[in-house]
Amino acid sequence: MTHLMKTGPVDRSCVFNIIILILASHTIYLRHMHYLTDAEVHELEAKANEIRQSIIEMLFEAKSGHTAGPLGMADIFTLLYFEVLKHDPKNPFWEERDRLILSNGHICPVLYATMAHAGYFPEEELLTLRKFGTRLQGHPHREVLPGIETSSGPLGSGLSQAVGMAIAERMENPYSSRYFYCLTGDGEINAGQMWEAFMHAGKEKLHNLIVIVDRNGIQIDGYTKDVMPLEPLAEKLAAFNWDVQEVDGHNIRSVNDAIGKAQAVYSQPSVIIAHTIPSKGVDVFERDFRWHGNPPGKGPEERVPKGEQADEALRRLRTLGGQIKPGA
Amino acid sequence: MTPDHINPNIFDDNIERVPNRNGYGEGLKEAGEKDERVVALSADLTGSTRTNIFADAFPDRFVQVGIGEQSMASVASGMAAMGKIPFIASYAMFSPGRSWEQVRTTIAYNNANVKIIGAHSGVSVGPDGATHQAIEDIAIMRVVPRMTVLVPCDVHEARRATLAAAEHEGPVYIRLAREGVPVVTTPGSPFAIGKAEVYMRRDGTHAKKVGIISCGVVLHNALMAGKQLNEQGIGVSVMNLATIKPLDTEAIKAFAEEHDALVTVEEHQVAGGVGSAVSEYLSEERPTRVVKLGVHDKFGQSGDPDELIAHYGMDTKTIIETVKKVAG
Repeated sequence: MTHLMKTGPVDRSCVFNIIILILASHTIYLRHMHYLTDAEVHELEAKANEIRQSIIEMLFEAKSGHTAGPLGMADIFTLLYFEVLKHDPKNPFWEERDRLILSNGHICPVLYATMAHAGYFPEEELLTLRKFGTRLQGHPHREVLPGIETSSGPLGSGLSQAVGMAIAERMENPYSSRYFYCLTGDGEINAGQMWEAFMHAGKEKLHNLIVIVDRNGIQIDGYTKDVMPLEPLAEKLAAFNWDVQEVDGHNIRSVNDAIGKAQAVYSQPSVIIAHTIPSKGVDVFERDFRWHGNPPGKGPEERVPKGEQADEALRRLRTLGGQIKPGA
Repeated sequence: MTPDHINPNIFDDNIERVPNRNGYGEGLKEAGEKDERVVALSADLTGSTRTNIFADAFPDRFVQVGIGEQSMASVASGMAAMGKIPFIASYAMFSPGRSWEQVRTTIAYNNANVKIIGAHSGVSVGPDGATHQAIEDIAIMRVVPRMTVLVPCDVHEARRATLAAAEHEGPVYIRLAREGVPVVTTPGSPFAIGKAEVYMRRDGTHAKKVGIISCGVVLHNALMAGKQLNEQGIGVSVMNLATIKPLDTEAIKAFAEEHDALVTVEEHQVAGGVGSAVSEYLSEERPTRVVKLGVHDKFGQSGDPDELIAHYGMDTKTIIETVKKVAG
């Protein structure tokens, strides 16, 4: 396998390896790929709504933190933790687990809320976010909260770590069916280190690496197209030898299908560009970049006065229920 | 006056001169033979950091990341998270110079078991000039929590430091140099992380007593100065402080007590380096005069290694003059 990953003369064992790998990949594809029923999609959507409510509550209690990204990524995190990941919340150090590497650490409220709902720790602990002595640090810290794979926050370095994990896994066990999921934001892709890592993963043909980009179009200073245009992002990543898919990041079924396809790619790393709406689920916060780094209670108040932002967000989440639909 | 375990020919004019990076190359290969978890990464400087010795022996455990020192640090962190013991090597100016934040956050904060090799440190890099002469690396590494900082003086000590780093659990920085330098130690010289060794005991018949603390490639200059000073009537001892962090405080305190004053000699900025580390400790525990030889808030420049060492005041002549002034 390691020979396969390098360019060089193709010998018979290499061809044999390729055939085995293709068969193995398709087995993996069939094994992991689970088409969601309508009932399962609705169940995941309901869970995502609960997670969004937790995000609002914890951010309001913390009085600081990021709102737009966590709300926007709630559907994808719900899908990952309740459907896709091979993991065990009661045994976070389980050797065989998949690895989820959150590169843009500032969206950790959605990671914490999803982990709590999945059973890693009690939901009450969510209200300790960012407080002294908490395991829920303002940006995730691996050592204090089991289930966190890496400490992150300074943007641009999570993908490199995922690349390192994927390479190490391949050295150890070339035929493993373990996946490394790296979640990153579009703003984060401004960072040069991301491109070092994109280039490196493409060179290494890391088939076990799946990146999901939160393409929500905003970063702290404004819209990504104004701060630092990324387009044509899909073409750029394809040129770096990545398998590229674009999906509606709120259509749980589409994202699930895209992950299944990404798992089946056997000669390239995969990236899924997930188009999301910042602050998704709370329509009065949606699409406004000023919600990137502010919690409810400190956000822009043209549409909702500061003092009512948390209650209003929760009220909308609780009554919107049916509005979060595939393709919304 | 000098212990039996060091090179008996250290004062000879025709003493053998070898780059200490060779010791890293040999030591890394040995470490790789002992422990299959050891892996090596390079950022396009495989030959000059001597990583090629390992890469040739263990091609499947070698990762070429290209000219991307930031990503290399984080890739190594990811590999460590999967149980590997990665050694990352480049020039100190680039790693940890360029990659400091990645070293701090993705390696040290994660407590990743990564070894960082900064080759071509100091002004003795010579003709390449200031851009390639790292004289700040000890300062930026010793300030990082959990980081162990080693500065071997020659090829044998570099080999032992590499082997010790592989066995040490946690991040380690090893500082190396480009030039062939006098072989001070022997393969039998003791080396342990955190343990300082006195390489020259002062002539006890002299009333004036000055201790020299040095490390790295300028240690030999300190020993040459010490020999002449003892012959000239000043009792001088020389300590090899190969571990800057954790500091061997017990040995330093005893050394201070045995002398009227100390002189430190380092191929580094005096701000934040070896002299600073010694002074920080002694100023609290045993106030002692510490005169620091090294680079005083300047950049390096092109030139021959020896003339640069002399220009910036770390040569034997400057050490002798300084000790005489200190002795009064």
